[in-house]
Amino acid sequence: MNVGIVSYGAYIPRFRIKIEEISKVWGDNASSIAEGLMVFEKSVPDMDEDTITIAVEAARHAINRAGVNPERIEAIFTGSESHPYAVKPTSTVVAEAIGATPSLTAADFQFACKAGTAAIQACLGMADSGMIDLGMAIGSDVSQGAPGDALEYTAAAGGVAYIIGKDKLVAKIESTYSYTTDTPDFWRREGMPYPEHGGRFTGEPAYFKHVTSAASTLMNKMGTKPSDYNYAIFHQPNGKFPTRVAKMLGFSSEQIKPGLVVPRLGNTYSGSCMMGLAATLDIAKPGDRILMTAFGSGAGSDSFSISVTDRIEEVRNGAPSVEQLLANPIYIDYARYAKHKGKIKL
Amino acid sequence: MSVPRFWRRLKNLYNLIGTQCKKCGEYHYPPRTICPKCRRSSLIVPYKFKGLGEVLTYTIVHSAAKDYAKHTPYILAIIRLDEGPSLTSQVICDHADIHIGMKVKSTFRKLGEESEKGMIYYGTKFVPLATPPRKD
Repeated sequence: MNVGIVSYGAYIPRFRIKIEEISKVWGDNASSIAEGLMVFEKSVPDMDEDTITIAVEAARHAINRAGVNPERIEAIFTGSESHPYAVKPTSTVVAEAIGATPSLTAADFQFACKAGTAAIQACLGMADSGMIDLGMAIGSDVSQGAPGDALEYTAAAGGVAYIIGKDKLVAKIESTYSYTTDTPDFWRREGMPYPEHGGRFTGEPAYFKHVTSAASTLMNKMGTKPSDYNYAIFHQPNGKFPTRVAKMLGFSSEQIKPGLVVPRLGNTYSGSCMMGLAATLDIAKPGDRILMTAFGSGAGSDSFSISVTDRIEEVRNGAPSVEQLLANPIYIDYARYAKHKGKIKL
Repeated sequence: MSVPRFWRRLKNLYNLIGTQCKKCGEYHYPPRTICPKCRRSSLIVPYKFKGLGEVLTYTIVHSAAKDYAKHTPYILAIIRLDEGPSLTSQVICDHADIHIGMKVKSTFRKLGEESEKGMIYYGTKFVPLATPPRKD
């Protein structure tokens, strides 16, 4: 493939809630949850923020970072498990808000936490085949966790947009491989406000099997090994899973460190892995190689082998870094969090 | 706001698209079909505002219309855009930080919704240009 990332942009709402604030309400032990999950606080959307507004802000940052003409974008795909409309695309609002309409195709994707990376793959194929000049793949979520459910400690808000094309690449996508099975570890039925999950079942047969299979098969196909990569990012439903899967695959804690944003951010679902990649690109040097492997419940993994180009230095400061977006949070209590998340019905 | 009315203004709300009179150079928001200065000789073209401006004045709304009741208290300000025109918009920031002269930039937010099953309206609000220091 001669195709890759032309630009990228991230967005994280400013509000955070700490794990101890949530655990106080439900009578759980804060330190055992925070240390067990390796998540200490999570982002919370403002009252007037949702998956669409977050997607638009991330998309605008991607446009601005590399000074891309939005009229060149001929496909926009937004992955999310929290699209505001059941029917009416998020991607059309994004397209209009960045000035990419009307000569483009657009659609919304859903595949739990890997809908955004599936969107990247769709754009890669279309750009590489010459069907489109540039494509935009977005992962954006204001993920839901039922009050008192384990997910409530991690379900966060954020989004990342990648512009995919063939010219002026900041990172070349060398290869991608996906591993998909019908594994019912997490779902949300039509019309239901909160997802259901299989508890511990989400671990071994779901996350670990799919992530290790996708990453190791990609490396086998390419003839690469963990030491060939400077950095690695694995889907971050919490801090524990990516840390463990990195060790299982033979990656060091240093390789995953720059992309491991979940302890201060929570799980941004479709934005999770893509946020880790954005944080890694923020500090990567030309020539660095990155392995990214997303996971989406249901279940599947998309693995990517990425090589950073010289252009990263030119565009890096054109939009806020993930570290800048994580800085200066506003901490809120559970009552305000419940109001922001619509858990209080008026 | 009805769906067609929102749809007609959508480009202006999403991207602060107004107009400029190429004859006298004056900018307008919302867009105008005729320049108030140049009248019949006006040369009106669409113009996308940069989204940067300054708070001219503001109020904090504690008692709002029904659709905005759950958002109170919120800041409603008159913002003068760098290009000249003024508009009324919410400013999203800590109430202790808002002040006359505050530099602001545009951001994309939900403006409202018809109902739980109705249309969601999106558009432009403003946030401080510089992120205020953390307070904890």
